[in-house]
Amino acid sequence: MGLDLDLAAGQSALIAGPNGIGKSSLLRIVAGLLAPFAGSVTATGAIALTDELAALDREKTLRAALGFWARLDGATPDSIDAALGDLGIAHLADIPVRILSTGQRKRAALARTIISGADIWLLDEPANGLDAASVDALAHVVARHRAAGGIVLAASHMVLGWSHDAELTLTAPEEETA
Amino acid sequence: MIGALIGRDLMRALKGGGLWLPLAFLLLIAALFPFAVGPDASVLARTGGGLLWIAALLASLLPIDRLIEPDREAGVIDQLVVRGHGEGAILLAKLIAHWLSFGPPLLVAALPAAALLKLDAHTIAIVEAGLALGTPGLAALALLVAALTAGLKGSGALAGLLVLPLAIPILIFGAGSLSVAGVGALKLVAASSLVLIVLCPLAGGAALRAGRD
Repeated sequence: MGLDLDLAAGQSALIAGPNGIGKSSLLRIVAGLLAPFAGSVTATGAIALTDELAALDREKTLRAALGFWARLDGATPDSIDAALGDLGIAHLADIPVRILSTGQRKRAALARTIISGADIWLLDEPANGLDAASVDALAHVVARHRAAGGIVLAASHMVLGWSHDAELTLTAPEEETA
Repeated sequence: MIGALIGRDLMRALKGGGLWLPLAFLLLIAALFPFAVGPDASVLARTGGGLLWIAALLASLLPIDRLIEPDREAGVIDQLVVRGHGEGAILLAKLIAHWLSFGPPLLVAALPAAALLKLDAHTIAIVEAGLALGTPGLAALALLVAALTAGLKGSGALAGLLVLPLAIPILIFGAGSLSVAGVGALKLVAASSLVLIVLCPLAGGAALRAGRD
């Protein structure tokens, strides 16, 4: 049983399936964090990953924590405020990361991906912990990213607010379910 | 990337007390030692140099659970790797930042500590030279063990058990430089440091990669 997925510029794909089936592992393989047992991943362009880990320094303000990644990615400070505005958390820019709520931290991690300017976005459960308005805002950002030629590969067991060019449902092998 | 990561790690270490902790630790040991063995100046002068080496070695253990694990747990290392930075380069940056936050404060603290132990000027110079050569190796060893034990339960205690035997060569050569061996022993301290500095990004990087699977 294999797995084959091809995404061109502007396309989006959804990886679906039950908890623990390996959606996150698949994204980590695509991101280059795990080596595949067989097969290969070819990506053209920079990759950004948003998973359940925010990777933002807790003691810093949100703007300063995102600023570290913005510097690494060669992004301007203006892009930080723009990304925070896109996700509706511009008012949190001067708040320390440690007191953000789960949903706010998730949006901060998504802002890190937007700021990176990467071509390929890997989003692991991007709608987890987000309220309806934030899911809409994320869909809007994703649409803009795709319109600019970006690729989105999302793993989720929930309905995301945008259409997908491909949908991949991971299922357990027969002998395990039997 | 390396410069940005060094700056970030250094700022975090300074804010987390990284600067004062080794300094206070060394001074505390140097202040307590005369109470324990008595204020006999000749005994203090004979044993003080070795004591400073032991204190420096133990001080290098203090921040070990803050070196890798918080960044691994928060996903910072994952994010750096996704951006195409190698684990070896990440560890090299962390090594430089860790040494800067711990080596120079220790060298400064060794001066008043040496005064408390009644060391003469010649001994102080050799201890300072030895620590300047040896602390980069101790920093590399601490970082390597931090990378090896990241993500394990009770890693702090395990790290201590792993570091101390591996640090013995530096301790022997460093303390040896105070007796007859002199400059020759300092060269061996430098050589041990170099081996550990080269080993740390290679083995530590492999440990971080293996830890992701």
